[in-house]
Amino acid sequence: MTKKLKRMIKRIILGAVVALIAVVVTKMTEGFSWGKWASLAAFIAAYLILAYDVLKKAGVNIIHGRVFDENFLMTVATFGAFGCGEFTEAVAVILFYQIGEAFQSYAVNMSRKSIKSLMDIRPDFARISRDGEEKEVDPSEVAIGDIIIVKPGERIPLDGVVKSGQSSVDTSAITGESLPRDVDAGTSVVSGCVNLSGVITVEVTSEFAQSTVSKVLTLVEEASSKKAHAEQFITVFAKVYTPIVVGCAVLLIIGGSLITGDIREWIYRGMTFLLISCPCALVISIPLSFFGGIGGAGKNGILIKGGNYMDVLARIDTLVLDKTGTITKGNFAIGEIEVSDDYNGRYGEGAGDRLLKYAAMCESYSTHPIAVSIVNKYGKDIDKNAVSDIKEIAGKGVEAVIEGRKYCVGNSKLMKDALSEADYPEIEKCSDVSMGGTLVYVAEDGKYAGHLHIIDEIKDGAVEALRECRKAGVNSIIMLTGDNEKTAESVAGKVGLDKFFANLSPLDKVTAIEDILENNKIGKVAFVGDGINDAPVLTRADIGIAMGAMGSDAAIEAADIVIMTDELSKITEAKRIAKKTLRIVKENIWLALGVKIGVLVLAAFGIASMWAAIFADVGVAFLAIMNAMRALRAK
Amino acid sequence: MKRTFILEDLDCAHCAAKIQEEVGKLDGVSNCVVTFLTTKMVYDVEDDKDKEVEKKMRAIVKQMEPDVEVISK
Repeated sequence: MTKKLKRMIKRIILGAVVALIAVVVTKMTEGFSWGKWASLAAFIAAYLILAYDVLKKAGVNIIHGRVFDENFLMTVATFGAFGCGEFTEAVAVILFYQIGEAFQSYAVNMSRKSIKSLMDIRPDFARISRDGEEKEVDPSEVAIGDIIIVKPGERIPLDGVVKSGQSSVDTSAITGESLPRDVDAGTSVVSGCVNLSGVITVEVTSEFAQSTVSKVLTLVEEASSKKAHAEQFITVFAKVYTPIVVGCAVLLIIGGSLITGDIREWIYRGMTFLLISCPCALVISIPLSFFGGIGGAGKNGILIKGGNYMDVLARIDTLVLDKTGTITKGNFAIGEIEVSDDYNGRYGEGAGDRLLKYAAMCESYSTHPIAVSIVNKYGKDIDKNAVSDIKEIAGKGVEAVIEGRKYCVGNSKLMKDALSEADYPEIEKCSDVSMGGTLVYVAEDGKYAGHLHIIDEIKDGAVEALRECRKAGVNSIIMLTGDNEKTAESVAGKVGLDKFFANLSPLDKVTAIEDILENNKIGKVAFVGDGINDAPVLTRADIGIAMGAMGSDAAIEAADIVIMTDELSKITEAKRIAKKTLRIVKENIWLALGVKIGVLVLAAFGIASMWAAIFADVGVAFLAIMNAMRALRAK
Repeated sequence: MKRTFILEDLDCAHCAAKIQEEVGKLDGVSNCVVTFLTTKMVYDVEDDKDKEVEKKMRAIVKQMEPDVEVISK
């Protein structure tokens, strides 16, 4: 509880006690000629204790020409009640107003706290090792290239690469992923994650201001400056609402008095109107709901850059995906292995395995991703000593001599040099029947032996994730890729896409997304990419979603929504969170407006008292705040 | 230059909006944003007007919400 709130509560209690004394005084002095004055004095004392800050603010505001202000209205309403001789009511109104304010303050503080704890990923210190000494410093004082030490249970303060030590790291604060990740020397680690098991030393690769944790925090905190439609509506609405209600109150008092002649009754009804004239419930709860939604999404590794994107997210009906790194893993796996008839004839049954073994031996010295995947596929120990005369030819492949035979492993360009004229057409034949992906050819002593089919693997869970997307209201899923037609077709078929466009340059992708936008008039178009080479497309789509962005600056900058892990299922989750948030916002708008308008109507007919009006003002604000907090618990 | 302040004990959303509006109107200030939930105020100010703007900004906050304490960051 804040100091301010404690002070407020003490004041409310004191005011309530004085008000009670005033009631007693009124009863005891009944019948005396001066009784009414004693009662008034006691009530004014209670009133001043409770209302002095409201009166002061109202005064200051009038001096500065701001009339339609809740303090001013509260002052007018309570003065009016005093004027009508309703002393008890005047004090009760201000008492309940203050209780309501205290409640609101409490609720706002609670929500701030839960949001803060959600974003509690800011590291407090970095343990730096300089001149052989360990020292705890502020993360912002650490420079690129410094070595920091992170012990178990501590938060990794800056992005970097592990130099020594082994541990597992809890990345959930950044990615929402609950399974810890194993790290050892050479693995890059991201700030904001918690080191779990062992001591690691990390070489820092970015300054604190540029680190992932700083970026994520700034992004979430600044998200509320981009307002959604509902928020803009409330801002505009709040400006006109108060003057309209005050106008109605004046009309009610003048009109009612003229018709019935009972001025006192109509002043009372008019004052009741004034009590409901503050749009607080809406003004507080709507931004709070959006902030809650953004915070809840953040907890799940989804960064939404503003409330406005919630609107768009909820209305997505077309999903455009990049292929590599989005639908596929972006690494390479070995698919089918084909051997030539000649090779098959020579080695029979085990020809395929033999081909893989020799290819792996040739590639065993290379670090190229395809080479690594071939070696991994072979999986057995390789006797590197058996391989001699290794020659790596950039952009083509590898040549090596094993057991006295010369092997060439590489692409068609390498084969052109390695094979005899008679064999080369065979290569061209297989590139025609390829199912998409890349082919790595193997030649033995200048004769074509076979090829390995390298495919980019589809991500685990991609098929289910896209099916879920359809259930969540996406009716068209399209893929854009720079890869060839066959690869695109095979991927599109496997994950069940509606359409695909292949052989696209980055510029073609922009044209393609523009066509798609042109043809979609109803819903919204989202583009999902890895953010590295898709920046123009990300910005062009109605909403740009970058995936697997952990540690990638470009993606965080270009996209509207950033998904820290590379799971496609997060898209559906983001859409669901957006829908839930918007539903809460709508509920709050209807709750606040409904109750207020209802009480206004009742007050006009003289049915609702000032007590009901106070509930309509602060009670509803309290309920709306509580409802808004549900957005935070997005799961 | 960009200035950031914490408005401690700011608990009226309406006032946050009004503070943002008034400070945003000050000479030399652009992109003033008051975030109610984080109680943060951020604005861009022309370098030579910084001192003057800060003084005026503090006066505006004092006047609108006397309980709020402005802490520069």
